[in-house]
Amino acid sequence: MTLAEVAAALGLVPLMEFDPDRRVRWGFCSDLLSDVLAHAQEGDLWITHQRHLNVVAVAKLKGVAVVCVRGLRPSPEVLDKAREEGVVILTAAEDAFELAGRLYHLLVGKP
Amino acid sequence: MPAEGGILLRRVFPVPPDAIDQAGQVSTEVRRLLRGLGAEPEVVRRAGIVCFEGEMNIALYTKGGRIVLVVRPEVVELLFSDRGPGIADIELVKQPGYSTAPDWARELGFGAGMGIPNMEKNSDEFHIFSRVGQGTVIRATIYRRRHDPG
Repeated sequence: MTLAEVAAALGLVPLMEFDPDRRVRWGFCSDLLSDVLAHAQEGDLWITHQRHLNVVAVAKLKGVAVVCVRGLRPSPEVLDKAREEGVVILTAAEDAFELAGRLYHLLVGKP
Repeated sequence: MPAEGGILLRRVFPVPPDAIDQAGQVSTEVRRLLRGLGAEPEVVRRAGIVCFEGEMNIALYTKGGRIVLVVRPEVVELLFSDRGPGIADIELVKQPGYSTAPDWARELGFGAGMGIPNMEKNSDEFHIFSRVGQGTVIRATIYRRRHDPG
């Protein structure tokens, strides 16, 4: 699926412009930066509570888009850095458990 | 073209202590330089991860240090050195899950105990030299071409 389709289906709010044709491979749920560096794959949607500057660096290194849960938003400074680096950040109203569950069902095609 | 083994590029990046908001900048610059030299995407990816983890370690745990990038036709070398406190048990820090991170760093998602293992996993050669009270030097080498194990 494309990121635009996933965002529309799950009600994710993008915090910057992004390429609507960007593909979502799978999801990755973690608040540990080294865990993401070790195990996330390019094209994943990274579901996290973290929203500081290093998140941008990790997302850029791994080629993942970031979803901040529970309505959390990074600071304007972090969003500026993400735009500069071409990293996409979105925010979701749900908690990580619920969002991960909905994303999983969306990607494997179950209700 | 330089002779076999000659240095194509050498850069030194200082890393101040406690500047975790700046950390990641060296990694970004290293990847940019490597891409500019036409390094293979997989080499750029691995060097980026090794550099980011090493940079975070210097920023989080030491009194500051520096990173030296050396690019040769065959290899990319990353040398990390700091001014202490040093590592008492090197085997222990290579074990996944071991961390000395303070609570404030863990809350930011550091301290998973995977930094050194990630560096080692993404390097073809990996050496740590450390003296408690003095400092640590890490040398990570990434081969630019797959070496046939023969």
